[in-house]
Amino acid sequence: MDTPPIVISASPHVHSDRSSKQIMYDVVVAMIPAFLVSLVVFGINALIVTATAVVSCLLFEYLIQKFLMKTEITIWDGSALITGILLAFNLPAGLPIWMIAVGSLVAIGIAKLSFGGLGFNIFNPALVGRVFLLISFPVQMTLWPTAVQNNTTLADAVTGATTLGILKEGLQFGGTMTELGTQIPSHLNLFLGITGGSLGEMSALALLLGGLYLILRKVITWHIPVVVLGTMALMTGIFWLGDPLHYANPVIHLLSGGAILGAFYMATDLVTSPVTKKGMVLFAIGIGVITVVIRLFGAYPEGISFAILIMNAFVPLINKYCKPRRFGSKIKAKIV
Amino acid sequence: MLKTFPKGGIHPAENKLTSSREIKRLPVPKVVYVPIAQHIGIPAEIIVDRKDKVEIGQVIAKSGGYVSSNIHSPVAGTVTKLDMIIDTSGYKKQCIVIRTDAKNEANFTETVYPLKKKIVLKPKEILQRISDYGIVGLGGATFPSHVKLNIKGDKKIDCLIINGVECEPYLTADHRLMLEKTEEILVGIQILMSALKVPRAIIGVENNKKDAVAAFKKITATEPKIQVAALQVKYPQGGEKQLVRALLDREVPKNGLPLDVGVIVHNVGTIFAIYQAVQHDLPLIERVVTITGKKMENASNFWVRIGTPIKDLITEVGGLPEGTRKIVNGGPMMGKAIKNTDVPVTKGTSGILVIHADEASRGETKPCIRCGECVTVCPMGLEPHLLMNLSEKGMYKKAGQEDVLTCIECGSCSYVCPSHRPLLDYIRFGKSIVKNLESSKN
Repeated sequence: MDTPPIVISASPHVHSDRSSKQIMYDVVVAMIPAFLVSLVVFGINALIVTATAVVSCLLFEYLIQKFLMKTEITIWDGSALITGILLAFNLPAGLPIWMIAVGSLVAIGIAKLSFGGLGFNIFNPALVGRVFLLISFPVQMTLWPTAVQNNTTLADAVTGATTLGILKEGLQFGGTMTELGTQIPSHLNLFLGITGGSLGEMSALALLLGGLYLILRKVITWHIPVVVLGTMALMTGIFWLGDPLHYANPVIHLLSGGAILGAFYMATDLVTSPVTKKGMVLFAIGIGVITVVIRLFGAYPEGISFAILIMNAFVPLINKYCKPRRFGSKIKAKIV
Repeated sequence: MLKTFPKGGIHPAENKLTSSREIKRLPVPKVVYVPIAQHIGIPAEIIVDRKDKVEIGQVIAKSGGYVSSNIHSPVAGTVTKLDMIIDTSGYKKQCIVIRTDAKNEANFTETVYPLKKKIVLKPKEILQRISDYGIVGLGGATFPSHVKLNIKGDKKIDCLIINGVECEPYLTADHRLMLEKTEEILVGIQILMSALKVPRAIIGVENNKKDAVAAFKKITATEPKIQVAALQVKYPQGGEKQLVRALLDREVPKNGLPLDVGVIVHNVGTIFAIYQAVQHDLPLIERVVTITGKKMENASNFWVRIGTPIKDLITEVGGLPEGTRKIVNGGPMMGKAIKNTDVPVTKGTSGILVIHADEASRGETKPCIRCGECVTVCPMGLEPHLLMNLSEKGMYKKAGQEDVLTCIECGSCSYVCPSHRPLLDYIRFGKSIVKNLESSKN
């Protein structure tokens, strides 16, 4: 009997049908609801910001890989696309196009490719881009077009402060929650997305919907988002209970300032978060605590971007110390 | 809620295509190729020579040490050659080639052995027979059974576990055996229980074999000492340590054996072989082999003589289908791809899986995105992504500290990796080097 050409390889000879690419595109799908909300709220501006960020991320990745690194072009693996969308989600509508391009260059060029590309970056690229812009162009980066009123014309965009911005300013100058409460959107409006802020942080509902999709598709587990939000709720809750006049309640904190966006979409970035569940919980507690500290005592009203980046730096250390229990070691008491 | 092991595990597509195909008898081949290293441990020593006439069941290679096993002639015939042939491992190994005597009736008469329940042999005699008759673990690991049964010193065994899990996709050899030889297996269990004086036994079967569970439940209804446990379907539950954990909630210590927690585990196939040896005086010269594959219309289970070239088995079911690109000795998770079909069936061959070109190649390797899936599924609590990195970079000492040697090579990590990284390949490589380093130290 003639033997046909035969493949020899070591076991296993079967593979699950999941691929990295599929995971990436699942994340993209999960961001669609929030993107649609941003379109409703900010109109054409949301589209311009997102398109600019996505196109420039893909373009910079292509250019750098082709001409500088001279490696394989990986722009279709979905990761640059995610970085683009996430960066856009973290920007105010109406930000000048060139600034978005600069942010994309920092995200892709510095935060991702200079570390070696997908899988080797330590910091979340989109957040690095965002924070770079926030520090470099603080005025433009905190110019928030307000919701609903202006979603057609670019020229006369009315701007207003974000919920947390109003609170930060107000409380600093001796205001109380009772007075400020009237200036900020209601809890329901915060939940639905009728508020001010960057593109993707509008509607908690839309973000949770996408987050649920990610969990159901097993792209992420509940650990990071639940623990980040839980820690924030707990900490802000303690302060609020102690002094409800000068501290906002946990619901406001969770529904504003990109907490949900950060907890579900950025802290969970596979590459820059810990590997084990134990590690994830530790990482998430860190993010929650740092975010609240920045919000209540720091100079910035929001803080979750910084918190995630700071905790990203600890991930290698967390991975080193939060190992899974080896089978057959440290066995709990057992009867033979 | 059915029992299972708590940490790790995967659910590959079961593809048990042959579970309703009765075990048929493969005709005795014209020539058999009997390797002398069919078990883990020291190869057997050849005690026949060219042109010697041998009878069925005659010892042709003698156990080469303590961890070794006798090998018996699977046919009556003449030794034509002592040759080196490529076996499952891909290496050339010493083997005895025997031409079947076409005129000898014994080769072609099929004896029907009636069920024999009464155990006459004394415990010592039973253990001696298991040793003499070449019984090794038939689940795939081929560890000589008498070594497993030799309980030394103060070790006390309180439970015998019968492994009927068969968690490998595609394979149905154990499943069919459990259905067709249920009573014989029960007697086999009683033989071992009396030989080892263990007070109880548990038969562990995954719940995708409900008929086998039911069959065992029915015949053990009057046997208070023998339990039947249906288990949740999860790979690699057939691994000894996972099975002990699942059934008894006992964890075998790192670098330890089930013996350390008072348990002995034997595969159902081994139990049947023990029954045959003890009750019918038959050495291990044949076993059940599943021949299967998605494009194999006549996929089935066969009683096959040890030493039968795999091509005989393939011819019997109609030859290799168009577009075959891989032939695996064993199941898809742990089986070994073989280079050609001249490789003989040995004591450890539980199945032959024929894979079509559509599924024969691996996906393109991408960078690790640290999703942690490999860590989640590792049943041994290891970090495969880390171990691969360490092996790749030559950091063997560190790999040893990270317990690379405790890997059971189940392949769950490579199976789930969304970046198609060859995790297990590198871990195996790392293991072999760490092993060498450690043995050179001693």
